[in-house]
Amino acid sequence: MNLVEKILARASKRDSVSPGDVIFADVDKAMLHDVSGPGVIKVFEKLKKKGIKTDKLWNPSKVWVAEDHFVPSAEKISAQNIVKLSKFTKSYGIQRHYKYGMGQYGICHSLSHEEALVLPGEVYVGGDSHTNTTGALGAFACGLGHTDMAYVLLHGRIWFRVPETILFKISGSLPKSVSAKDVILRIIGDIGTDGGAYRTMQFAGDTVSNMSVEDRLTLCNMTTEAGAKNGIVSADNKTIQYLTERGASSISPIYQDDDAEYSDVYEYDAESLVPVVAEPYSPENVTPVSEAPTEDLDKAYIGSCTGAKYEDLVAATRILKGRKVKIRTEVLPATISIYRRAVEGGLVSTLMESGAMVGPPTCGACCGAHMGVLADKEVCISTTNRNFPGRMGHVTSRTYLASPAVAAASAVTGRITHPEDLD
Amino acid sequence: MSGKVVKYDQDNIDTDVIIPGQYLKIHDYAELATHAMEGLDESFHSKKGTYIVAGRNFGCGSSREHAPIALSESGIKAVLALSFARIFYRNSVDGAFLLPIEIDQHTYNEISDGDDIQVDITSNKVMNNTTKKTYSIKPFPDIIRDIIDAGGLFGYVPK
Repeated sequence: MNLVEKILARASKRDSVSPGDVIFADVDKAMLHDVSGPGVIKVFEKLKKKGIKTDKLWNPSKVWVAEDHFVPSAEKISAQNIVKLSKFTKSYGIQRHYKYGMGQYGICHSLSHEEALVLPGEVYVGGDSHTNTTGALGAFACGLGHTDMAYVLLHGRIWFRVPETILFKISGSLPKSVSAKDVILRIIGDIGTDGGAYRTMQFAGDTVSNMSVEDRLTLCNMTTEAGAKNGIVSADNKTIQYLTERGASSISPIYQDDDAEYSDVYEYDAESLVPVVAEPYSPENVTPVSEAPTEDLDKAYIGSCTGAKYEDLVAATRILKGRKVKIRTEVLPATISIYRRAVEGGLVSTLMESGAMVGPPTCGACCGAHMGVLADKEVCISTTNRNFPGRMGHVTSRTYLASPAVAAASAVTGRITHPEDLD
Repeated sequence: MSGKVVKYDQDNIDTDVIIPGQYLKIHDYAELATHAMEGLDESFHSKKGTYIVAGRNFGCGSSREHAPIALSESGIKAVLALSFARIFYRNSVDGAFLLPIEIDQHTYNEISDGDDIQVDITSNKVMNNTTKKTYSIKPFPDIIRDIIDAGGLFGYVPK
């Protein structure tokens, strides 16, 4: 069996599973945030009316809650949702509620690795499509909706169709200025936004082995944009060290068998890759930076679960050091722990010196909700993961998806710019 | 059930256009419905459709259950598409909001905006009452069929 099959066989208490099998998997960890949490509360209300018991969760110690999409609250409904969520976690005994303004908090997918909340070999589900991110730690990590999350919270398990796995084997050294973001955008450009639909996208090869854990998180994050059920990288010593440094213990990874099978294998030569952008309005509209349109940009955004991890901020800061931004530039570290390291490491002062604004962790502008949405026809370059119509604000606004280095270089010139083309 | 088709002749209709991100804070179903398809078609509500017909990868993007909720509360009983994104598909079924029905390219071509159609998931047929023609729809996988018959995931008893 391959890695995902091994994890799902273990979770469904079967000797083996094959793609296409429908199983009920025991869930090891479950996550809700300030959108899916109130969504689940609504489902609970509906269930109560039908006489279905909702008074006890299967295991509150396996559930954690993030406040990320609508914090800091911009208006009354968002504020009320946080109150509702807090009452919910308190009444059900959920201890791990990362609250805005009370120490560590941030984007749910970034907390999952920063706080070592998910371990290799686990089945982890979250009420958010980018739950796929955390598969980079060697877990089966998959996004679900509110009804399914309500079911998980009450029963501790959920149905899955065992997915086929596509293996992306990447070999060689990535050229200077080419990052994990460029790799995953290139892959989505090649296979399309439904190229991974219902399947697992697994990443392997020496390029991936040599990548940092954070780069692997970037790869898995955007498997969602290819429609994949999950993304995964086999755990290794780097994964174990990363999690141990963040307080994890009792890590017992699951590995694929030697005769693991894949529905497709794609091979990539890392040395042939270049910095790219995804043009509006789809993550699959991938173009090399050197051939990108020369239109004027209005904003650069360095934020989100995809592009505001610590190393993403380092990459952007390296470009912005000693330079000034020409367009409005927003940097929003993904969690408080990342923000704090960015302050202590001097990144924040360098970024502010360039003119960039450094703000609190939030999903706000990435999903067009608040905290810097785009106006009519504005053009943005962003380290986020989606550029659908209206995604980051007005339906006529346009977003180019890029790596932190390309977004930072473009902030300096006001046009899409290759980092090596700066003076 | 028979009803009118609203057809969007395009692929990759994403959840951000079905219900834009700014409305994710709303959990009142009726209020969500007022914003359905706002990112794509401002005249959606005036069309008073019962069915949506669309191309490949319908509902791609986020896991927001708001998407099938907003469509369902707007009177949409089923979406007939060439294919669906996985979370939209399972949200529609597990929450019993609407039926995600896969159709082939020929059937897709033969159903036009404004047609009156009737869907029968027992015989796996779609009848186009406007053109008086009948087509096959792709049968649901067993698990999906069982959940639909159970009225959603919470009514389903695993075998």
